[in-house]
Amino acid sequence: MKIVVAIKQVPARDSQLRIAASGRWIQEDDFTFEINEPDAYALEAGLQLKEKHTGEVVVMCLGPARASQTIREALAKGADRAIHIEEEDLTGLDPLAAARLMAAALKAEAPDLVLTGLQSDDLGYGQTGPILAELLGLPHATIIMEVEKQDSGIRVKRELEDGWFQHVEMPLPALLSIQSGISKLRYATLMGIKKAKTKEVKRLTAADLGGASGPSITIDRVYLPERTKRTQLFEGNPQEAAAKLVEKLKFEARVL
Amino acid sequence: MSILVVMEQRGGMSLETLAAGQQMARELGTTVGAALVGGDSAEPIPAALEKAYSVEHELLKQYTPDGYVSALRQLIALARPTYVLFPHTYQVRDFLPKLATSLGKVAVSDVIHHRVENGALVLVRQLFQGKVSADVRFQGDAPNFASLQAGAYRADQVAAGSTALEKFVPALAAGDIRTKPGERFRESARAVDLGAAELIVAVGRGIKEADNIPLVQQLADTIGAELAASRPICDAGWLPMERQVGSSGQTVGPKMYMAVGISGAIQHLVGMKASRVVVAINKDANAPIFEVADYGIVGDLFQVVPALIEEFKKTR
Repeated sequence: MKIVVAIKQVPARDSQLRIAASGRWIQEDDFTFEINEPDAYALEAGLQLKEKHTGEVVVMCLGPARASQTIREALAKGADRAIHIEEEDLTGLDPLAAARLMAAALKAEAPDLVLTGLQSDDLGYGQTGPILAELLGLPHATIIMEVEKQDSGIRVKRELEDGWFQHVEMPLPALLSIQSGISKLRYATLMGIKKAKTKEVKRLTAADLGGASGPSITIDRVYLPERTKRTQLFEGNPQEAAAKLVEKLKFEARVL
Repeated sequence: MSILVVMEQRGGMSLETLAAGQQMARELGTTVGAALVGGDSAEPIPAALEKAYSVEHELLKQYTPDGYVSALRQLIALARPTYVLFPHTYQVRDFLPKLATSLGKVAVSDVIHHRVENGALVLVRQLFQGKVSADVRFQGDAPNFASLQAGAYRADQVAAGSTALEKFVPALAAGDIRTKPGERFRESARAVDLGAAELIVAVGRGIKEADNIPLVQQLADTIGAELAASRPICDAGWLPMERQVGSSGQTVGPKMYMAVGISGAIQHLVGMKASRVVVAINKDANAPIFEVADYGIVGDLFQVVPALIEEFKKTR
């Protein structure tokens, strides 16, 4: 099975965010970056499928030059080769423009399965998977917990809301967005890290892929959420404070 | 019709989306309609709307992305809305990006607010798991798509009315649908729908040990509230995962959310900040939970909670 896993590099989760002078993005200068955690689960799912059914795992990453570190880490974990669509500034790309570049890069690959994470930790649109599926003309399913290969395609377990699940069958090729937290993520071995250095990374630019399309949505401004509430605090001994609070809840907030 | 609200079911988040659609229509000086997909009831929609469609077909009885996208494209071609709004459910997340892409558009997903500026809609959504907000605008022609976060709008703000459903039967062929869905199933006991709860009492690390959980359970029972928890409580197994509120748990928007011994990490706040009234009980006056709280008591929860139980009982 030939599997492509789309991965993204994002600021580390504990980054202290500040707004850039432009007001349109955050100040990224002194950040450390890492693989988008939901994508790490997609990669893990891809590697497990390859181990079970043989084949190839190709990671595809749209990102600036610094993303090559994240790509190397994916190769060290066991991906066979990589496609790096190198773009220094992603802020002008909306999810459709980004997915169009990825779809163009995949034209020559003809994978059996494309895997994505559920959403990115930075923009969080949660749309790259289904958009890519539509652009590539593939059937898809999202929030996938398990993938089972069948004679004529795959059978997946999809998470629904409120603790419901559903199995869905579909032919290959197909695209799946993988649920986070479904497996234990592997670490790269020393041997893996060594091997990664010699694995192929194909570099493409937007121009190689026909250029980026104009956005259909734009971010005007980013900002830290305003603090809007003023808390009424009740003091005194616990009994008095409780009595005042209950009175407010009943007669002012009227929630009881 | 300028705004079309695509409802997933008759209650809950779909009503919130209807309320949002009505509000936007008032602010934009335009009309709002609704569509229910795959339903089989002819009951009118209990809201003041220009029009309501019931999108019906044998192939829509079970959800598939191919079926829904094809049906909605046909409805959009007929109704020609400028904006199409959806509740941000798992199902919408599955098909809306595909629908928008098929029309060369990007949906603005997980919207928490909006405003109208010079006759154009500006949508607010969160980046970096709620740490940053962004104002987003549509570029280009109609239709434009957005999905609204649970609890961002209030179902009780729906302008009441009664709008009869007009049947719309799209042209669908079985061969167009590539995925084959199975029956829905559950693996464990029925999950709790905290999203539907009117009152929630939530407990965090401040409760110290599992043996103290009954104290907050008693508080919840006294006012008929659902018991919820922050992630550490569920990770420790003191309460089941289905009671977790936050970015990795459920998103709630009750009338009242009482946070007991919860410091208010952002991952928790994103799940409950849509609550109408937030009450915080915490021994640390600097805990971030007080930044979103309307009412608070700074004190030892092991003294405050028993006192509250007693006071609540008096009001019954």
